Amino acid sequence: MRRRVNYIQEMDWLTVLLYLLMVGFGLVNIYSSAYNSELPSLFETSQRYGKQILWIGAALVFAIVIFLIDSRFYSFIAYPFYLLMMVVLVFIIFFGIEVNAAKSWIEIGSFRIQPAEFGKLAVGLALAKYLSSISLNAYTPATFVRIGAIVFIPMLLVLMQNDTGSALVYFSFIMVLYREGLSANFLWIGLASVFLFVMSFMVPIFFLALGIIVAAYLYMLITPKLIKTKWVVGLVVIGAFFLAYYGQSFLDLNFTAYFWLVSLSIGGALVLLGYGWWYRVKRFVQGSLVLIFSLLFVSSVDFVFNEVLEAHQQNRILVLLGKKSDPQGVEWNVIQSKIAIGSGGLAGKGFLNGTQTKFDFVPEQSTDFIFCTVGEEWGYIGTSAVIVLFVIFLLRLIYLAERQRSNFNRIYGWGITSVFFFHFAVNISMTIGLAPVIGIPLPFFSYGGSSLWAFTIMLFIFLRLDSTRKEFLQ
Amino acid sequence: MGAIIVILALIMLIKLFMIQMVDTRYKISAQNNSQRHVTEYPARGLIYDRQGALMVYNQAAYDLMLIPREMKAFDTLELADVVGISVDEMKGGIQKAKRYSRYKPSVLVKQLNTETYAILQEKLYKYPGFFVQTRTLRKYPSPIAANVLGYVGEVDEKWLENNAYYQQGDYAGISGLEKVYEEMLRGKKGVSIYLVNVHNTIQGSFMNGQYDTAAIAGRNLTTTLDLELQAYGERLMQNKIGSIVAIEPETGEILALVSSPIYDPNLLVGRVRGQNYRSLQADLNKPLYNRALMAQYPPGSTFKLITGLVGLQEGVLNPGITYACSGPNSLPIKCSHFHDTPIGLIHSIEESCNPYFWKVFQSVMDNQAYPKIQDSFTSWRNHVMSFGLNQKFQTDLFSESRGNIPDIDYFNRYYGEKGWRALTVRSLSIGQGEILLTPLQLANQAATIANRGYFRPPHLVKQIDGLDSLEFQKEIHRTTIHPEHFEPIIEGMRLVYAGDHGTARWYRNDSIPMAGKTGTAENPHGDDHSIFIAFAPIDNPRIAISVIVENSGFGSTWAVPIATLMMEKYLKGAISRNWVETRMLEGNLMPKPDPVEVAE
Repeated sequence: MRRRVNYIQEMDWLTVLLYLLMVGFGLVNIYSSAYNSELPSLFETSQRYGKQILWIGAALVFAIVIFLIDSRFYSFIAYPFYLLMMVVLVFIIFFGIEVNAAKSWIEIGSFRIQPAEFGKLAVGLALAKYLSSISLNAYTPATFVRIGAIVFIPMLLVLMQNDTGSALVYFSFIMVLYREGLSANFLWIGLASVFLFVMSFMVPIFFLALGIIVAAYLYMLITPKLIKTKWVVGLVVIGAFFLAYYGQSFLDLNFTAYFWLVSLSIGGALVLLGYGWWYRVKRFVQGSLVLIFSLLFVSSVDFVFNEVLEAHQQNRILVLLGKKSDPQGVEWNVIQSKIAIGSGGLAGKGFLNGTQTKFDFVPEQSTDFIFCTVGEEWGYIGTSAVIVLFVIFLLRLIYLAERQRSNFNRIYGWGITSVFFFHFAVNISMTIGLAPVIGIPLPFFSYGGSSLWAFTIMLFIFLRLDSTRKEFLQ
Repeated sequence: MGAIIVILALIMLIKLFMIQMVDTRYKISAQNNSQRHVTEYPARGLIYDRQGALMVYNQAAYDLMLIPREMKAFDTLELADVVGISVDEMKGGIQKAKRYSRYKPSVLVKQLNTETYAILQEKLYKYPGFFVQTRTLRKYPSPIAANVLGYVGEVDEKWLENNAYYQQGDYAGISGLEKVYEEMLRGKKGVSIYLVNVHNTIQGSFMNGQYDTAAIAGRNLTTTLDLELQAYGERLMQNKIGSIVAIEPETGEILALVSSPIYDPNLLVGRVRGQNYRSLQADLNKPLYNRALMAQYPPGSTFKLITGLVGLQEGVLNPGITYACSGPNSLPIKCSHFHDTPIGLIHSIEESCNPYFWKVFQSVMDNQAYPKIQDSFTSWRNHVMSFGLNQKFQTDLFSESRGNIPDIDYFNRYYGEKGWRALTVRSLSIGQGEILLTPLQLANQAATIANRGYFRPPHLVKQIDGLDSLEFQKEIHRTTIHPEHFEPIIEGMRLVYAGDHGTARWYRNDSIPMAGKTGTAENPHGDDHSIFIAFAPIDNPRIAISVIVENSGFGSTWAVPIATLMMEKYLKGAISRNWVETRMLEGNLMPKPDPVEVAE
């Protein structure tokens, strides 16, 4: 049953106001960071501020068009739009244009678009459509595979364009799943992974693996049941380790001690897993599963870090973890960014008076590092204002999402909130040295048509859905 | 979720509070207008020859830079006088700098010499916004090997867009070794950060130099070239068009790579580079074109060696087989030499008998072991390609051509699948027709024969300071021909010099056993090109060489003596028969005199 509502009246004007404030303040800072005193006109389309005005104008047109379209349309086109975006993303891998080493742009005339930005919108819609079509508390492995496919296929495609930052954004959709009833275990697994990830850089991998093995065995030993079995398995593993490591020259093999330690421990854990499964010893199953997956995870972190990541990506991780200092290279951006923000003090140097953000000391000063201009010219007052603005905006979106009566609307709302949150958290954290430098824009602030349009469309589709929420009778 | 957002926001607010309110290190006091980042340019790596003799070094030069935003009214005339430009040029330069950026430094005057710099340095305090950036220019003690070394030039817009390391006004290798080893040679720029007040005076180091970095000098290269041999080769080729490539067979190291006409590499350095580049480019004899790597010629009779080797490997030829030759009356290919008939493999190489190799080729193509001509042709082509033909070596050579060995698709398209047979493609047997080789590939062919069946890909760099050996130095390519088949071929090549009828007998050197093969590349546009490939000594080869002299007729007239002199020079260090040398040095085969205009 649906009823007609006046959706202009029902529109959430507070969010629109927040949006306009952010876009407006963003433009002020873009103007300042790209300021060219020879061409001071705000409407100078050869300069970034002039272009940004064009992008904003177009974004507002999009917003109006979105409101003119029936709200059911967005649910209807979720899958077709998703498919279209995937085709475009594949297309780019082969025919894209390379900017800053990322092959993620297409050129139409003199006009460049970065489709990865719109990919988030496609995933948000498709995920909402799919999750709202299934029973929420009964995930089966097949649903997991489908959800995984919806999120990770575009992520992989973006990764293949060498645009690591934009690819990581897709992880934020996990938050939606959590809201929609995903077990908290996944959160623990996530935290444990982060812990192991960090540890694998802090501790030599051999000792880390040894620590994991000892901890898992101790955990399984606490139970009084079947102590004998565990001792037997444990001793066999230790014996096999020494035999294998020292005896391998006999067979003309040459694996490392680490290889034998891990492979034999996993072998032992598989035995305990089978045993625990059969005789329903919960501790065995838990302990051996944790052991197996931790060892595999740590080994693959080691492998991925050394064999897959490129030197500059390795450096970023090492610098952030404090394992390496490189003031001229990776740390450079962060140092310059902090100098710019720090030099602002309480009230800042004033509009157009920043120096650090104009000399090109700060990289990407009007795109990914726009927050530096805020910090330098508007001081702590400005930076806190931006953060507060974002907090209100995000909390408002959560409130709006929760008041939806349709699952599709709610899940979509959570999806875009997660994306906005991820961008906000990572972008600002990187400029102040809390996170590694991952090149993603600050929503509504950073210069760039693609990101502004994508964020605007994402937001206004949600506001359009929200404006008709009362059409759904409870 | 709401809680996470708020907690994260609080963390950010605290961190920002620390950076912006508490930590004073980030503040720049009110008097200090800004930091100045002074880029320290590293010295570009030097280039040496294989004996350690210097080929390229650096010379200091000074660029006058300007940051428009910091500029105050000043005496334009005085500054223009000091740096030696007109007031109008000065004003134009300042306008241009303003258009580029008010905040970033632009180059106003490039490459001032040391004397000007000394005068300018004392007056610089009068000109806020101006400063001097030290850079280095390339200098060549002996004006040789220009095409091998390449040149260094200012990076252009496109380069800047794709390489974050470079800034406007930076230099980078544009061609040759300078380009191929750019990342090694350039080193790493350093930065010193100073605090500067409104009067453009440095107040001190920023944060005690904590964030300064020293420039890291570029790595030095040791090339495989032999400076003396290279210089000698360039002298021998003066007033001739063509090229010489000499390779050490055992290692693939290129000892000399001459492309004639040559030019002085010092012409493409400094402020005169643009003008000189244009006149070199306008020169009809194309001195900038590296013939040794890029020009492609039909190999002519030098290809008979490969035809013979393929015949031996396919089992359709053995050294004892003789064929009759009717000299100029032979069909379908004439013979240009008069010799005894019937003739065997070894003597047919010595005297370069066309009909013999046509018959060898015919027996390869009509081999009953293959059902169709297409199959026997493909087998032939695989053998030929295993000499590194129809492909680039992809080591460290700047812009090689790949040459051409036609494939069956080409002939199927041209004649139809059933429309061709051995007779149709007969000219391939003697290296004419569609076959094209570069001088480098010809020299590599000589090296492969000298090695009795393998080659190491030819390359130009022996050692880079601080690095282990390079990947391509370890590569080894084996031909599909069994080593034993090379012996009769080499015996024939020995007789080219040592035999009574050998095509190179006039230049025989009794103290060095040499092996070679002459060739003539037909040139539809004028006189034929003379080709010669050779190696020496025969039993323990230390040098393999190819020489091409354009428009000079038979191989033996020009290419043979030049190659022989080069080998003697390399192996003995001196020349025993000065009359040959004199004739080569004085020979002028240029199509027309067309001197290059040079700006000083």
